[in-house]
Amino acid sequence: MAAETHRDDLASKTGMWLFLFTEMLFFAGLFVVYSVYRFRNPEAFHLAAKELSVPIGTINTIILLISSTTIAMSITALQKKNKKFALLLIGITIFLGIAFLVNKYFEWGEHIKEHIYPGSPVLALRGQGDVLFYGLYFFMTGLHALHIIIGLVFIGFIAAKIVKNKIDSESFVLLENSGLYWHLVDLIWIFLFPLFYLIT
Amino acid sequence: MSNQKEITEPSYLEYKGKYKGVFSWILSTDHKRIALLYLFSILSFFVIGATLGLLMKFELIAPGKTIMDAQTYNAFFTLHGIIMIFAVVIPGLPAVFGNFLLPIMIGAKDVAFPRLNLFSWYLYVAGVSLVIVSQFAGDGPPDTGWTFYAPYSFRTAGTMLPAVFGAFVLGFSSILTGLNFLVTMHRMRAPGMTWLKMPLFPWTLYATGWVQLLATPIIGITLLMIVAERTLHIGFFDPSLGGDPLLYQHLFWTYSHPAVYIMILPAMGAISEIITTFSHKTIFGYKFMVASVLAIAFVGYFVWGHHMFTSGMSGTALYTFSLLTFLVAVPSSIKVFNWISTMHQGSIDLQTPFYWAMAFIFVFMIGGFSGLVLGSLAANVHLHNTHYVVAHFHFIVFGGTGFAFFGAVHYWYPKITGKMYDTKWANIGLVLFFIGFITLYGPMFYLGFKGMPRRYFDYDEVFHAGNIISTMGSWILYSGLGIIIINLFSSLKGGVKAPADPWGGKTLEWTIPSPPPVENFDEIPLITKGPYDYK
Repeated sequence: MAAETHRDDLASKTGMWLFLFTEMLFFAGLFVVYSVYRFRNPEAFHLAAKELSVPIGTINTIILLISSTTIAMSITALQKKNKKFALLLIGITIFLGIAFLVNKYFEWGEHIKEHIYPGSPVLALRGQGDVLFYGLYFFMTGLHALHIIIGLVFIGFIAAKIVKNKIDSESFVLLENSGLYWHLVDLIWIFLFPLFYLIT
Repeated sequence: MSNQKEITEPSYLEYKGKYKGVFSWILSTDHKRIALLYLFSILSFFVIGATLGLLMKFELIAPGKTIMDAQTYNAFFTLHGIIMIFAVVIPGLPAVFGNFLLPIMIGAKDVAFPRLNLFSWYLYVAGVSLVIVSQFAGDGPPDTGWTFYAPYSFRTAGTMLPAVFGAFVLGFSSILTGLNFLVTMHRMRAPGMTWLKMPLFPWTLYATGWVQLLATPIIGITLLMIVAERTLHIGFFDPSLGGDPLLYQHLFWTYSHPAVYIMILPAMGAISEIITTFSHKTIFGYKFMVASVLAIAFVGYFVWGHHMFTSGMSGTALYTFSLLTFLVAVPSSIKVFNWISTMHQGSIDLQTPFYWAMAFIFVFMIGGFSGLVLGSLAANVHLHNTHYVVAHFHFIVFGGTGFAFFGAVHYWYPKITGKMYDTKWANIGLVLFFIGFITLYGPMFYLGFKGMPRRYFDYDEVFHAGNIISTMGSWILYSGLGIIIINLFSSLKGGVKAPADPWGGKTLEWTIPSPPPVENFDEIPLITKGPYDYK
């Protein structure tokens, strides 16, 4: 029994932006923890970072960047009343998101096969710096992957609404919001990638 | 408002939506009904928390074991803290009075996201339920205190996971409320209501919204790290794995100090409304009031270190945090001066809400000054972790937010329920509450100064006298609380019908009938004057 149905796209977008602030600060806490421990264990972080696969990380970065482009393009496509093309672009975005997760799965799988995971006795033997590096690596990329999954569900839900014509060229703010969220997920990866893979 | 209008427009309490009975409440997206959902849940948890406090005070009436052993006492102060902080004082004023009054005071029909608003209430209930589950599941209740300090929080045998995760969920609920209010104020102010024509209570909710939004995620991630630490043994804060427990304290207080301003800012807003209305005079220094609210919210981010003066920090960090702590007192005192100046030459109407505001100023000043004592480095070393801190904290959070909450209840009760309460019993309750409060927490300053540590169920014989007085205070306080609550509930049935504007208030909520109609306003008002237009 809302007072009356009232639509305000700018309010929805403002709300989304504010929510993205909270997401950024959420990760900011982890970036602080990362910086402190990197500062204290420069040698161990340096060596451990060398063990991560830069090619897989680069491929995943490219995948996410392209997926951000496709979701942005889908908004324009929908605005231009090209529903089919918009859905195709959303489909590509979802496919790329899943591809990212598959890559991540194999990457994690490799580490776990070598007994490198939080709480592993083999990892503990390698020293505290490695424990912290891999602890942060698994926790931060894991949390990021969780955001990817949430984003995919969100975008999938939007796609269903477009199919049912509940979202069209007149009311696309939900699609825009899902795009904003997806860009944020991308942005966080843009920081995670150099922090774990490139700074050695 | 004519009576005829009230007949054609059903009030929000009578309106028949598409659901019946209890569902017309728990599925309602009306901001007024959601506010009452919050009011009843918060009041229930407050009574639970207060009862735990009463039992703890009874334990402390004599040295040694009186009614509970050490472990039970630890569990009690932990649960008391979690419930009172996360489930009562943080959502208290924003979720109850903010929800009910913010849209009305800015001339809107609802908040920007009504469904999200209802969702926050469900998150709130889920969060508190998790905290309560932790009491009964697993190997025993949590015993870390509400701060969940590492490394004890992942070594104790108590059931920490649901409690920590519950606090995380409560934080999320708080974020969504803040976000909703911010967007509402940005997008839904009535035509003509410029930012500087907005009443002060919405202004404090605005500043609070930003603090909720920007500080709460930090505790969210910190609590998740504790969860990960307990389940995956990552080593974030575990010294044996290379982690640093001090880092936990920093992250924890980065949120939990601004959280104090989530508690106190809306309280200050409610007090500003009460004092203006009952002085029948425009608030003194409106712009300074707005600026000081924003300044408190801003500077409040940079003082968290004063919780950790004895934990180990560099000298520079110590005196920087100490200086900033002193600075944050300046805007707070501007507010006190302005309240007093508002009363000067006003025509004061001595009613129950005004007495609550007076009591608020009195206890808030004691709380504030004792905070400066704790903020000075040398004194802090002596007083840290003593009952002095407990006294200071309760004077600010219970004395500040709690008194403002009850003041707000008595101020807006006629608007919310459409009934007047019994003033005589309300005043008797207030006097007992006030005397009980001072008797309960006053001696703790002395006890702390003498060196009695906090969070122990036992103490040395030298502290006996002060503790007896304090425990007796808890009984007076609790009886006052009982009278207040019983009076408010019995007035629902027996009270006289309230007019639209019983106190002579000037803000928008007093221009519509009591209780308000479902849609708040027949026609969105056009604002041409400032909020407190007394001539």
